[in-house]
Amino acid sequence: MSSSITLDAKIPDGPLEDKWNTWLDAHALVGPRNRGAHTVIVVGTGLAGASAAASLAAQGYRVKSFCFQDSARRAHSIAAQGGINAAKDYANEGDSIRRLFVDTIRGGDFRAREANVWRLAQLSANIVDQAVAQGVPFNREYGGALATRSFGGVLVQRTFYSRGQTGQQLLLGAYSALQHQVSAGKAKIYNRHEMLDVVLVDGAARGIIARNLVTGELERHAADAVVLASGGYTNVYYLSTNAMNSNVTAAWRAHKRGALMANPCYTQIHPTCIPQSGEYQSKLTLMSESLRNDGRVWVPRKPRDSRPPAQIPDAERYYFLEERYPAFGNLVPRDVASRAAKIVCDEGLGVGGTGRGVYLDFRDAIATVGRATVAGKYGNLFDMYSRITAEDPYETPMMIYPAPHYAMGGLWVDYELQTTIPGCFAIGEANFSDHGANRLGASAMMQCLADGYFIAPHTVTNHIARQSSKVDERHAAFDQTLDEVRERIDRLMNVGGTTAPQVIHRELGNVMLDKCGMSRDAEGLAHAIERIHEIRDQFWTDVRVDGRPGQLNQSLELAGRVADFIELAEVMCMDALRREESAGGHFREEHQTGDGEALRDDDRFATVTAWEYGGEGGMPVAHEEQLSFDNVKLATRSYK
Amino acid sequence: MNFTLQIWRQDYPGDAGRYETVEAHEIDAEASFLEMLDQVNERRIAGGGDAVAFDSDCREGICGACSLTIDGLPHGPQQVTTCQTYMRDFRDGQTIRVEPFRNNAFPVLRDLVTDRSALDRIVESGGFISTTTGPQPEPNSMPVSPETQKTAMDAAICIGCGACVAACPNGAAMLFTGAKVTHLNVLPQGQAERGTRVRSMVHQMDAEGFGGCTNFGECSLACPQEISIDVIGTLNREYRRAVREEKKATKKMVAQ
Repeated sequence: MSSSITLDAKIPDGPLEDKWNTWLDAHALVGPRNRGAHTVIVVGTGLAGASAAASLAAQGYRVKSFCFQDSARRAHSIAAQGGINAAKDYANEGDSIRRLFVDTIRGGDFRAREANVWRLAQLSANIVDQAVAQGVPFNREYGGALATRSFGGVLVQRTFYSRGQTGQQLLLGAYSALQHQVSAGKAKIYNRHEMLDVVLVDGAARGIIARNLVTGELERHAADAVVLASGGYTNVYYLSTNAMNSNVTAAWRAHKRGALMANPCYTQIHPTCIPQSGEYQSKLTLMSESLRNDGRVWVPRKPRDSRPPAQIPDAERYYFLEERYPAFGNLVPRDVASRAAKIVCDEGLGVGGTGRGVYLDFRDAIATVGRATVAGKYGNLFDMYSRITAEDPYETPMMIYPAPHYAMGGLWVDYELQTTIPGCFAIGEANFSDHGANRLGASAMMQCLADGYFIAPHTVTNHIARQSSKVDERHAAFDQTLDEVRERIDRLMNVGGTTAPQVIHRELGNVMLDKCGMSRDAEGLAHAIERIHEIRDQFWTDVRVDGRPGQLNQSLELAGRVADFIELAEVMCMDALRREESAGGHFREEHQTGDGEALRDDDRFATVTAWEYGGEGGMPVAHEEQLSFDNVKLATRSYK
Repeated sequence: MNFTLQIWRQDYPGDAGRYETVEAHEIDAEASFLEMLDQVNERRIAGGGDAVAFDSDCREGICGACSLTIDGLPHGPQQVTTCQTYMRDFRDGQTIRVEPFRNNAFPVLRDLVTDRSALDRIVESGGFISTTTGPQPEPNSMPVSPETQKTAMDAAICIGCGACVAACPNGAAMLFTGAKVTHLNVLPQGQAERGTRVRSMVHQMDAEGFGGCTNFGECSLACPQEISIDVIGTLNREYRRAVREEKKATKKMVAQ
């Protein structure tokens, strides 16, 4: 493997606020009548994938859209609850693109690229306009204007929402835009198809190998560009708020073909989730961060206080976020809120059967504004909570605990969202892009849709315009890659052990949550890497995949994904070990301030670490992109 | 808790299929129905058997992937998705019949997995507003009253699971189609295509082989999102209106 890679982020010259327009003015175009001769593959149909596929098809390209779900509408963006940020300043608070930019850079603990984040803030308003035009039913004020609310880490109300189902509504908007293109004959959706490899010709991405999940058939699909919108990798923790089938496979296969993986140790552990109740549990359920607008987070001051929460007087309640962070209170960023909850539970103040829980209490909100108003804002979330826990949050406080939720790390991309494989783009959560070391609430949907509607359609065009050769499925590279995919499937089928893949996945998750979760240290990470090696060996000697490869086979699908998670886990730990500082969601025990806050080391680590695949049995190689902060002042975050 | 499951097994589309009796022992009451099936599968794989195939994804009631019929009821005894159905809702020792959503338009692919792409094709036929990516008007220049937003949203929350179809004695998809038509046709943005939308969606619904509504109301009772049967009234009204307008337009053309 070569280590001669130089990471060029291709950031346009000129003032920050002009960079994107400068780029747009200069990029190469493909004439409207020529676009139909070019094919673009988009893998994934979440907010990023569906919006990119719809937009590229509308421009006139032939789009092949792939999803492993039975319908494009089921991608996990559907579960995003709270809302989407846009710098529109409807609330007349002096909000602006610059403020959204600064909040996002700061929220990400100064580990994101300035130029990308500015562009994100700049495009935020267009996204809301686009969604409204598609018929997304955002909440409205009495006069019919769009309603907004506040989210963690900011002091303005710039979050637009559709009750607690904003992700669902935005995704259905993008999905319907894609279906519009399908009906126009410009896009085709390949549902129940999983991408298992990217095909390279002369070093550039020219197609994919996909498995038809119904028949098991391996298919060749050629294209002029491949866009990966395959989501994040938080299921590496086994239990997370991701969907059961969310996985890293598409991104990881691209990684093994030459796309660098950036900042894999940056993962977000979301503070407001329903605590785990047993070993059998298959996933954790998120309760929207928006609940922290009106809910107050507390634990009893007395350890193991067994009184029902309502009987604990205020003086004996520890409202730890309000006390520790008076300026932001319950609305501190996610990483800060999660770690604070972990600390009070580590101190023995946690509640619930496992002692890993804190209260989220609506008593005061209900007393102040009334039950009806609270129900209007959060009704569906309260219903969901009581359905899962059989408790009524109107009467007794919710119990919450942090859970793995989002991956800020992902495939390294330049300003054009292109990976280190020419012609292979990564958008949405699949790339490392804009959130630095911690993502603020209501920013994921903004980034996915900015990438999909407004950025990738232009940068993909720029790539296609500069590429002269044509490749089709008969090229030998497709045969060769398909053979390699088949060999891997055969290897999985033939291990012949006795352990179900999900059992090994659970073990991996336990190691990762314990050693590479909310807090990490050098010793624990080194130990985790040893354990991951053992788990990898166990997988390849003891996994059992039932059924046949030539049929609908969910065990085979899962086994392939778990094998990739095991490889990713090792690089995550190496990345966490290498980053000898604390930043955002990456908290190293060895690097903290006197009062337990994250301590960055800007001299050494104001960087992006991008990992190159080291080959079978080889060591991954770290590359660095230096970040520069010319428009915000590097400062220690303070939400006090 | 212990359960005896009678599970539908089918190897491939078109296979005759059969029920298999499977014991599920020592299941936690707090496990969801799907987590119970996970444990059954985990043990079957370890014991040299084969896993039962079933669809699921988000496991929080919003993606609409799960599609089991439990003791004859789509999604199970509670009006929620199967992933939010918990074993505490069943009796210890109970025998439970598990089969896929049943409808001619939803062919079984394997075991409990069905093909519901007919619903996607209904959306493809007109369940959208024909706009493309690009500069759009300022949203507040087109006010939408909170009441209209509520009517649209109450329908737009459909998760596309197909339980309404599976519950309907006629196998109708009118709650699904009605929800999408209601969502888009009440909004100002949806007015331009109001008539063509409902005509093509109803046409596609019929072409897929779904039945017609005769007001049983089972759909709304099975709907995990509790979408009101009112949307079917809206669908019928919108359709009649669209057909009337189309006739008028044709007459005018003939007269000219």
